[in-house]
Amino acid sequence: MIKISRRRLLAASLIAATAVVPAGVSQMARAETPGNMLVLANRIDDITTLDPAESFEFAGSDVSRNVYGKLVNFDPLNMDKGYGPDLAASWDVSADGKTITFTMRDGVKFHSGNPVTAADAEFSLRRAVLLKKTPSFILTQFGFNADNVEQTIKAAGNKLSITTDKKYATSFVLNCLTSTIGGIVDKKTVMANEKDGDMGNEWLKTNSAGSGAYKVVSWKPNDSVTLQANEDFYLGAPAMKRVIVRHVQESATQRLLLEKGDIDVARNLNPEDVAGAGSKTGVAIDSELRGRLMYISLNQKHPVLSKPKVIEAIRYLVDYEGMQNSFLKGQYTIHQAFLPRTYLGAIDDKPYSLNVAKAKALLGEAGVSGLEIEVGVRDAQERIEIVQSLQNTFGQVGIKLNITVGTAKQILTRYRARELDMYMGAWGPDYPDPQTNAGTFAYNPDNSDEIKATGLLAYRNAWDPGAMNQAVEAAVIEPNRDVRRKMYEDMQREHQRVSPFIVMFQKIEQTGRRDNVKNLMLGGAITAVSYWPVAK
Amino acid sequence: MTAVGIPEPGKPGWRQWLLTDTPTSRRHARAASLYQSWLTLKSNKLAMIGLGILVFLALVALFAPILSPYDPFAQDLGNRLQPLGADGHLLGTDSLGRDILSRLIHGSRITLYIVSLVALIAPIAGLIVGTVAGYVGGWSDTVLMRITDIFLAFPRLVLALAFVAALGAGIENAVLAIALTAWPPYARIARAETLSIRKSDYISAVKLQGAGPLRIITKHIWPLCISSLIVRVTLDMAGIILAAAGLGFLGLGAQPPSPEWGAMISEGRKFILDHWWIATMPGLAIFTVSLAFNLLGDGLRDVLDPKDGGEL
Amino acid sequence: MSATTEAKKGRQPPPFLSYLAKIAKTLGSIAVTMIGLLFVTFVIGRIMPIDPVIAVLGERATKETYDATYIAMGLDKPYIVQFFYYLWDVIQGDFGPSRLTARPVEDDIARVFPATLELATLGTLIGVFIGVPLGVLAAVKRGTLIDQIARVVALIGYSMPIFWLGLVGLLIFYGILGWVGGPGRVGIFYVDLVPTVTGMILIDSILDGQWDVFWNAVSHIILPASLLGYYSLAYISRMTRSFMLEQLSAEYITTARVKGMSEWAVIWRHAFGNIKVQLITVIALSYAGLLEGSVLTEIIFSWPGIGSYITTALLSADMNAVLGGTVVVGLVFVCLNIFSDLLYKFFDPRAQ
Repeated sequence: MIKISRRRLLAASLIAATAVVPAGVSQMARAETPGNMLVLANRIDDITTLDPAESFEFAGSDVSRNVYGKLVNFDPLNMDKGYGPDLAASWDVSADGKTITFTMRDGVKFHSGNPVTAADAEFSLRRAVLLKKTPSFILTQFGFNADNVEQTIKAAGNKLSITTDKKYATSFVLNCLTSTIGGIVDKKTVMANEKDGDMGNEWLKTNSAGSGAYKVVSWKPNDSVTLQANEDFYLGAPAMKRVIVRHVQESATQRLLLEKGDIDVARNLNPEDVAGAGSKTGVAIDSELRGRLMYISLNQKHPVLSKPKVIEAIRYLVDYEGMQNSFLKGQYTIHQAFLPRTYLGAIDDKPYSLNVAKAKALLGEAGVSGLEIEVGVRDAQERIEIVQSLQNTFGQVGIKLNITVGTAKQILTRYRARELDMYMGAWGPDYPDPQTNAGTFAYNPDNSDEIKATGLLAYRNAWDPGAMNQAVEAAVIEPNRDVRRKMYEDMQREHQRVSPFIVMFQKIEQTGRRDNVKNLMLGGAITAVSYWPVAK
Repeated sequence: MTAVGIPEPGKPGWRQWLLTDTPTSRRHARAASLYQSWLTLKSNKLAMIGLGILVFLALVALFAPILSPYDPFAQDLGNRLQPLGADGHLLGTDSLGRDILSRLIHGSRITLYIVSLVALIAPIAGLIVGTVAGYVGGWSDTVLMRITDIFLAFPRLVLALAFVAALGAGIENAVLAIALTAWPPYARIARAETLSIRKSDYISAVKLQGAGPLRIITKHIWPLCISSLIVRVTLDMAGIILAAAGLGFLGLGAQPPSPEWGAMISEGRKFILDHWWIATMPGLAIFTVSLAFNLLGDGLRDVLDPKDGGEL
Repeated sequence: MSATTEAKKGRQPPPFLSYLAKIAKTLGSIAVTMIGLLFVTFVIGRIMPIDPVIAVLGERATKETYDATYIAMGLDKPYIVQFFYYLWDVIQGDFGPSRLTARPVEDDIARVFPATLELATLGTLIGVFIGVPLGVLAAVKRGTLIDQIARVVALIGYSMPIFWLGLVGLLIFYGILGWVGGPGRVGIFYVDLVPTVTGMILIDSILDGQWDVFWNAVSHIILPASLLGYYSLAYISRMTRSFMLEQLSAEYITTARVKGMSEWAVIWRHAFGNIKVQLITVIALSYAGLLEGSVLTEIIFSWPGIGSYITTALLSADMNAVLGGTVVVGLVFVCLNIFSDLLYKFFDPRAQ
């Protein structure tokens, strides 16, 4: 045994000896983080890759936003303005509305020192289409595919043009390019690390080749992400020279670290810890509305749950107020439509509240009694509390709710296979355009089992939206912004009434920070966190 | 008890009959030796404390609906996270406003349920595997013992986790998972016992009478293995409780809203900084019960197997 | 050659050959156990109600992406073929990539195993240095108050839900008193400050002469190691007591006493000297237990060790990682077992 463990140690040292250490950082005060360093506690166990063509989770997009420049992007200090120029200095739309031509910004360099060119942008977008990773649908929905990228995504001189298969609202296309998959990678560096024709995918999973404010020093899964400032960042060198995001699972632990000054920012505090930490000197609490919605949905294959009266009854069986004011306090706000507030076309109508008597009457009209249903939920505390509250209110009208708790992946597997009677979970938008939610909550052109359109929420609940399918299709090609907004508003009012989705809450992210940290912008409902404006 | 000559309990003759040096029948002898053991055990104060706690637990579980002041599932969102001794809630309320004392009382039933099921399944499975391997020998022995080794080499909690993750969370699956990790030691004990019995004259005599292997194993070998298994089971109880609580803590045991103690700790740990009692009370309950089992088991072993003083 | 003829002639192989045969048999049984372990883990991975493709791609992949990955992962082949492919890779030392961390599993294990090793070793050391004297004392003072206290201390150790004690300990010693470091192996500023040599921060920081990192790491490891140490103390002290009782009641001890030997010499030189081998076996077993079984402790203390690595991987259907981790842990367990068996056989007169 002793021999074996030695051998393992040897192996360990050989493999890991490459970790290089920046000298001179070791002598630091303990009570407070250094003035040019930002330390955050966050749950980063969802990161499985740092490649912008593949990354699709919250913590991953937090990294990506700070590492990769995009053609168009959001200004963290002026989010309401919408997208604006980034690596593309300007753009033109062709007369037929199908081709957008970007003019690249001059003098921007990648972290490697290579200049950012139209060829890099062409490579990055083509690469995202060709790799066919999970988020690729954000680009391929415009008709790009492996066979036509040579023609549809083209660089010429310092210009890049992209041609879509149909005429889409320009805002729709550009909004999609602001998402993680629109990140522009350094073609030379990436291709130098190509292996078996993977266009550098394997290498980019753990390394970075961007032009953004930071470069990745290291990503240790379930442990930490360390970023180093890019002194040549075209908007000016960031004040925080080093950003460390440490994985801390427990809210209580994050709070202790924050109160002791071991970290600058705690991103996953629960309501009790927000209240506790907020009362300490030196700690400030920020609240920012995010895009995530908490909803329940009813499987339309279920003989009883597909009755309109039953669906309506269930809308009255959610204790929206009670939950918002107790265990969800400060972290979720009641929201009952599928577009998160701050999105184009979002509505604030809240027609439903807990009304047991009304629900009872509706169930009576539907002739339903003694219903027993299974709800699937992933093993996150707040979600388990929500379903227990539902179990309680459902029980008051004689509906027995059996809770099945599983890991996210177990529950999703069953949800996608249309096996759950009821699902309770969250949905976060993929890109900052209303289509992202309309295209999944209200769109399901073919409801048959064989088609396996498991990406669509409507499909997962076996719901056929009928005429709403056409409404969704019409809204994405509507060029007039105000008309488009009206289309989404109408769609949601209808959806709120007839769909088997009961949207309950929208997420508010409450962040605890040391009060000397300024300008920390989490990205609102539309994008991810930005570290470069942060100052201390 | 219909045997002739057994006096009624309570009369002076009863004690003497049990303490006799010259038993009159086999049953008399067994009763006398059991009584002797009981007296030894009774003199062990710690073991008696353990027994007392367990009797108390059994009574609490039995009368749970009468004892608990509230419905353990009744929510009251306006009255959540109440401290110890709050109005009408001796141990406070949890994050959904449920009475913690009532949940602890009802949780005792789940604990007892899990412990008794595992204590039934694991030793029996181990007994079957061990005796068959030991008696039949040869290839079956090699194969069965190799399988036992494989399960022994598995990290226990990981195996249980994997099993529950595969079959779905829930009490029944948690019980099976714990039993799955607990049986190999029993198989080893049973095999060792069988090997020592197999060659005895007694078994040869039974064989000569024409008994088949099945009959020999079930009627003649099993009874002889059982006493050593029982000692082991008592000592394993605490481990079983802790394993079940661990699974509950990881969200893989009892499902909400079940008041399983491990799951209650898991729910309460979110509030540990400001509302420490929510996680602390079920933790103390688990600790008390498993300590009781250990105290009793330790005492029992001193009685039944005094030489092997420390093996747990 | 002469050995073969001799073996044929006398049917009694020379000790050298029988020794070799024994080693071959031991290695063979390790291999069988390992393959069995892999097989069981593989089966569990397959019956898990998690779609492995979704585990990789996330819930929003399109059907085209899904199908491509399904084939790339070899899931279209029969299970048994998949298993043998996997086995073949493992034999060549390739555990495949982890889906969660996007790195080779062997790299991950090289990173997480030293963390567990560090914790388990320190825990065992604490257990030995307190547990052994306590056990000896309890045996010598059998039946006295000291014996009873030792018994209660040990039984409490057995009865404590360690995840709960960890939470409470963290709250008191870190949260309220601030005596120890919080969760994790070192404070955030000390992350990445020492070059990785052994992967064990305590040792690496000494090698690099960075004492501030060393002390910070000590402040972080002391609480979880003490908890594990307490658990191992409970076991070791009980076993020591029972071994000592056996020795102390032996005839030679009485003889030694009659001869007028000092009590100290009787206890430590004679009785304790005779239980050393048994004790080492017990310590090895408890060490193996800590190496494999500190999952909950690792989770509570955010300790990036192998227990939490396997658990996380398991719950996300990252089967390469689960299989790789289980094999390493199983191998350690089997080897420690065999090591203690051999030790027992070679040094214990009764076993021969």
